[in-house]
Amino acid sequence: MSNMNVGKMNDLTRFLIFAVAILTMPIWMDPFGGNYPDLLQKFAIYGIFAIGFNILFGLTGYLSFGHAAFLGVGSYAAIWSFKLFTMNVIPALFFSVLFAGVLAFIIGQLSLRRTGIYFSILTLAFAQMFYSLAYSVLTPITNGETGLQLAHSDPRMIDSLFFEAGAGLPSTTLFGLKMSGYSGFYFCAVLLIVGFFVSMRIFRSPFGLMLKGIKSNQNRMMYTGLNTKPYMLTAFVISGMYAGLAGSLLAITDPIAGAERMQWTASGEVVLMTILGGVGTLAGPVIGAGLIKYFENIFSAFNDTVLAEIFSFLPEAMVDYAVTIAGLFVGSGWHLTLGLLFVVVVIFLPGGIVEGAGKLVKLVSKREKSTGGSVTQQDQPGE
Amino acid sequence: MTKDNKFDFSRRGLLKASATTGLIASSPAFFMRNAWAEEFVNNPGNASEIKFGFNVPLTGPYAEEGKDELRAFKLAVKHLNGEGDGGMLNTFKPSMLKGNGVLGKKVGFATGDTRTNTDAARSSAKRMIEKEKVLMISGGSSSGVAVAVQSLCQEQGVVFMAGLTHSNDTTGKDKRRYGFRHFFNAYMSGRALGPVLEKAYGNDRNAYHLTSDYTWGWTQEESMKATTEGFGWNTTAAVRTPVGAGDFSQYITPVLESGADVLVLNHYGGDMVNSLTQAVQFGLRDKQVNGKNFEIVVPLFSRLMATGAGDAVKGIYGTTNWNWKLQDDASLAFVKSFGAEYGAPPSMAAHTCYVQTLLYANACEMAGTFYPPEVIKSLEGFKFNGMGNGATEYRAEDHQCFKDVLVVQGNENPSNQFDLLNVVETTPRSQVEYDPKIFGGELGPYKV
Repeated sequence: MSNMNVGKMNDLTRFLIFAVAILTMPIWMDPFGGNYPDLLQKFAIYGIFAIGFNILFGLTGYLSFGHAAFLGVGSYAAIWSFKLFTMNVIPALFFSVLFAGVLAFIIGQLSLRRTGIYFSILTLAFAQMFYSLAYSVLTPITNGETGLQLAHSDPRMIDSLFFEAGAGLPSTTLFGLKMSGYSGFYFCAVLLIVGFFVSMRIFRSPFGLMLKGIKSNQNRMMYTGLNTKPYMLTAFVISGMYAGLAGSLLAITDPIAGAERMQWTASGEVVLMTILGGVGTLAGPVIGAGLIKYFENIFSAFNDTVLAEIFSFLPEAMVDYAVTIAGLFVGSGWHLTLGLLFVVVVIFLPGGIVEGAGKLVKLVSKREKSTGGSVTQQDQPGE
Repeated sequence: MTKDNKFDFSRRGLLKASATTGLIASSPAFFMRNAWAEEFVNNPGNASEIKFGFNVPLTGPYAEEGKDELRAFKLAVKHLNGEGDGGMLNTFKPSMLKGNGVLGKKVGFATGDTRTNTDAARSSAKRMIEKEKVLMISGGSSSGVAVAVQSLCQEQGVVFMAGLTHSNDTTGKDKRRYGFRHFFNAYMSGRALGPVLEKAYGNDRNAYHLTSDYTWGWTQEESMKATTEGFGWNTTAAVRTPVGAGDFSQYITPVLESGADVLVLNHYGGDMVNSLTQAVQFGLRDKQVNGKNFEIVVPLFSRLMATGAGDAVKGIYGTTNWNWKLQDDASLAFVKSFGAEYGAPPSMAAHTCYVQTLLYANACEMAGTFYPPEVIKSLEGFKFNGMGNGATEYRAEDHQCFKDVLVVQGNENPSNQFDLLNVVETTPRSQVEYDPKIFGGELGPYKV
């Protein structure tokens, strides 16, 4: 195992391409109509969420249907940190990851007693339990359906020591740098890149290898005298902490936390993201997350006026017709488009979009080879 | 593991990497420097068109209201641009609107789906502010969403003209300087409905509340309780139900066993359609409890919900902000132009959204600028007439509109499919007015 390169790239190029792609997003998303801070922030945040989910699902094959609970706990912890202590985001990040980690430890301890579908159902049950708690039972802490917001009268104990409260609501800051707009996006982007790096190290580490071993055959691993539980639990907790980080960032870029963030649909969404992008691949989940968020925000906002503009090149009589047909797939029908895309990906590209891209690259390089005939490293026999 | 899969952390490599990263990270800032030099968010400058953002629920339990709101918005934009018959532009007084857009600029619009979900609503509002560059956000059919979007608009410095939101909190403890509400609230419903209920059902009743579990439901329940207990009713129980529950049978079954003889449904939209229909199907209204007929009350009533609930609404009391059967010039003009456009009379949600759009446009004309602090100042304390509710005032202290409140009853003999509610009483403004201090809250600063 001396050569750990996967595909054509080594990890350094992979990482650099990823970092550059994320940081230049405001530039290359512009032609797609996605260059505005809120959407860019969502890309980065849900990218983190999906990367974390992939550490569990992609490496160990354990499908958790309850990751939204960690996302929600992260958000609530961050808002309470803003309310009680300071508008600085560092303590908020710390508390979010901490609480999400502790919660993941508890849920993991209980759920990992089972495997397969039973594990999924257990995590789903726990997540729904936390959703119900946030929605009704814990209303004093979570403000239920209305959502937890900052108030002018919050104590903010640390902030009040240093400066006078202004007339309006304070905004979240990183030592004076406002965490809304583009600066908020870059903050999330840097954390996404760090998250990607950590995930890459985990994938390449002996620990990651152990998790892959569990995925391929857990029984065999246990017969070799290995206790798999601690490995599983660690993966589960790490994955939960990623979700807590994502939840914290959601609250940092937009200081409100609602219970619907914890609903099972949110847990399902991250599963979709990961599968769409490519389970077990490094960049796949981020691509999947970006695609789903793009659909949700851009496609759902198309109305008949926008469609009519798009189809304005058609003859007059055709425009209405085209608008009616296309209208089914955009606006409130964006779920339909997403569903179709999902079906196509699962049937034809079980490895997600990343696999599709890989196939494309192979196709091109094969054609090149037949003309140029150069032998790449990949074509040489393995050691 | 060998060296070639490690990262290049040599000094030179690190320097190179950090320089590139820094350059890339700062590049958007070079392009956007101009954006920060503006004096306010989304200043249209010399552009010939301005945009309003209409954020309405197109899916979820309040979707019917949302779709009707969107129709009204489109109509309002048409009228502002001088197309169509002008609708209430002709009756609105004092008005500076000339039907040539706003301050000479043509009005365009962007739409978004709130899904009656605070996250989705804020995200869609942010998209409209950041990408579509809208000057004003309006719409919404849930107080939870209204409160969340209103505080977002305050942070972003964009005026929010609330659509249908009935919670006391919207202009009470969660009020904001940038948020304005034309719609009435739960407190006013309670004050207006109280005397009618006392007259119709007497003052010796036991009420059972089923309440939507969010800010609107909470304040509506509180206001109804306060009013009914004020004239001698007893509250047996108040049960909270989740929004969009769909099936309410598990909540309705215990009502009869509780010994209550009035059911107050603090539900709205699809929820109210379901809970009311189920309550009637369970035979609640045919029952006799404590020697009295069992009655159902729906404090916030709309024609769209009445359509959804069908025969179940007959004889049921409630309040509404506006009804299309009103006979004043403004209502007639609005119903006429809405009906000509869409073939159905407008709902009260449509009415309030149409009015809000016109009010914002007029405030810009009055201020002579789109600069939000000036627009806000011209809306505060603004008194107007000819918008379907008679004399109305935007109270400066809490940005709540004060006007007469209509008490309605489900029509026993509807003459057509839209003729579902009868106005039984018009409660004068003085009877529903209150001190802005009772709900607390702070408006916040003009400049953000």
